[in-house]
Amino acid sequence: MVKKKNSEVIVIEKADDMPPMPASMGSMRHNKTASWRSIRPIILEEKCKRCMICWKFCPEPAIFPTDPPAIDYEYCKGCGICIEECPFDAIVSEKEGK
Amino acid sequence: MKKVLTGNFAAAYGATAAKVDVVSAYPITPQTTIVEILSEIVADGLLDADFIKVESEHSAMAACIGAQAVGARTFTATSAQGLALMHEMLHWAARGRLPIVMANVNRAMAPGWSIWADVTDSVAQRDTGWMQVYCENNQEVFDTILMSYKVGEYEDVLLPTLVNLDAFFLSHTSQVVDLYDEKTIDAFLPEYNPKIKLDVKDPRSFGALTSPEHYYEFSYKMQIAQENARSRIKEVSAEFEKRFGRKYDLIEAYRCEDAETVLVDYGTIAGTAKDAVDRMRDRGERVGALKIRYLRPFPVKEVCRILNSARQVGVIDRAISFGHEGPFFTEVKAAMYGSQIPIWGFLAGLGGRDVSIADIESVVTHMKQNEPSNIIWIGVKK
Amino acid sequence: MIEIRFHGRGGQGAVKASDILAMAAFAEGKMVQAFPFFGVERRGAPVTAFTRISEDEIRIHCYIYEPDVLVILDPTLIGAVPLTDGLKPGGKIIINTTRPPADFTFPKADDPKVFTVDCSSIALKHRLGSKEAPIVNTAILGAVAKATNLVSINSIMEAVKEKIPVNKEENALAAKETYQKLQG
Repeated sequence: MVKKKNSEVIVIEKADDMPPMPASMGSMRHNKTASWRSIRPIILEEKCKRCMICWKFCPEPAIFPTDPPAIDYEYCKGCGICIEECPFDAIVSEKEGK
Repeated sequence: MKKVLTGNFAAAYGATAAKVDVVSAYPITPQTTIVEILSEIVADGLLDADFIKVESEHSAMAACIGAQAVGARTFTATSAQGLALMHEMLHWAARGRLPIVMANVNRAMAPGWSIWADVTDSVAQRDTGWMQVYCENNQEVFDTILMSYKVGEYEDVLLPTLVNLDAFFLSHTSQVVDLYDEKTIDAFLPEYNPKIKLDVKDPRSFGALTSPEHYYEFSYKMQIAQENARSRIKEVSAEFEKRFGRKYDLIEAYRCEDAETVLVDYGTIAGTAKDAVDRMRDRGERVGALKIRYLRPFPVKEVCRILNSARQVGVIDRAISFGHEGPFFTEVKAAMYGSQIPIWGFLAGLGGRDVSIADIESVVTHMKQNEPSNIIWIGVKK
Repeated sequence: MIEIRFHGRGGQGAVKASDILAMAAFAEGKMVQAFPFFGVERRGAPVTAFTRISEDEIRIHCYIYEPDVLVILDPTLIGAVPLTDGLKPGGKIIINTTRPPADFTFPKADDPKVFTVDCSSIALKHRLGSKEAPIVNTAILGAVAKATNLVSINSIMEAVKEKIPVNKEENALAAKETYQKLQG
């Protein structure tokens, strides 16, 4: 089996090519999960109170605790939990691929 | 009435046909549809049962134990990690002598996270005291659930049964299943009415502290019950054949009469092996297949009767007991203790790897060319 | 025993198609088996599904390695996935495409009979799915019935109506239309 990850090529032909436990072959950073997303969360800066609840709840985690918090759109899967949890309705959803 | 059903539907309809009083289950892939269908059947009023929603598999089994103890017929279903979580309660059910029936969709244990077929989950529950059946097709799933209630509910048995079906190869595969008619099923499976039960009018204690003075005897009685189950399974299978026209037993021998090589298998691999046997027979090779249905009670005599007339035996396992060998291989070898017939232990299909006719033919080729050994990995990428 | 392998992409309904074909054959008194390749489902990912149809009990429980019939729901899979591996000599290939059968050659396959029909347009005409992602599973079954003679178009239409929860008539009519328009 040949897998292309970034420019790196990982070839798994036999058991010896695999680690002893089911761990990924190198970093998972190459696995840009943004392609899973069907909705895109958008933080409305003027409504945001910087409470960082979105940062706490993001399961990926794909929100940086900056001022204002920033969404990492390379990895955000569009689960919508931040939108649901924001107490100030400061995160809205936009349909992906509009 | 015949229908095209997946294995999961067959399991849910089996419990419905057995008119269970209580269903308590927790969903887990690939068992999920069993629970979904049963909850719909109960909600639609097509089955007069209580569906108890729980927060885990451990609780699901606990709810079944409680319900069965008051005299209700209960059903549950699970898979892999769910079955593992039930482990403690499985002992309670068996040693409490409660003839619960559970469908287990055989799925590999994590990690690596897998939803695919492997029997490690159920084999790991071998010593809990449950009877264990491995099914080849969806009809067998339906039929075995009906038969398991009847066998388990005999006073000289009173044991729960784990009905195993391979993940996806049965659970998500559509096949023709005969659901029979309600009257014939009711005549075959009378109402459950245990003599000893939890009853406010006649209070008893259950599962209390048992000193060494008595625990030993309870274990002895468990073993007697498992032994009684062997003959009850034969008896119930015979009655089932008379009423429904389908033949079952502890084992199923396919073209073994004059076979030089006998392959021992279970689950869906047994079905594929029958086609492989036909193909090899067409080429003039004297090959047969022996399907083991019951892991517990293990059919020692029946297995020996078939294998003693073979020249060589190969066992195909869809699981491994790490540090030893395939679990069914161990059982078959122990059953044949003292015999001079050479026996090989093969592993195939772990974690849902497909087992094709070519794979099964390669087992026979290997036996022709090599000395017997205990662990031969079919198709492993070494 | 006849073995049919479906190749599609997630969302096109290949798995459902394998199931409906089995239902239709069952209604005509055959023994059947239908199942998907058990992968992880994702929209757009290649999907494989299988149907077996036989006069006798079907005991085998593995994937189909030597199909009699290939059903290709998405022509972009040709070249991307090894589709014709193991296809029996003289096997039939049914493709959802706007192009004629003569446009397709399969070097590895031994004398295959190729059939084509534009299921996507027919599905859209009957408002099945969206323009970007037409749902072609019911439509292509009409073509399968015509090309293989395994089942009648009436049985396909009945099975479609039984198995599809919404737009039953439209799905059945889409199958009927590919039955009439199949080229090959």
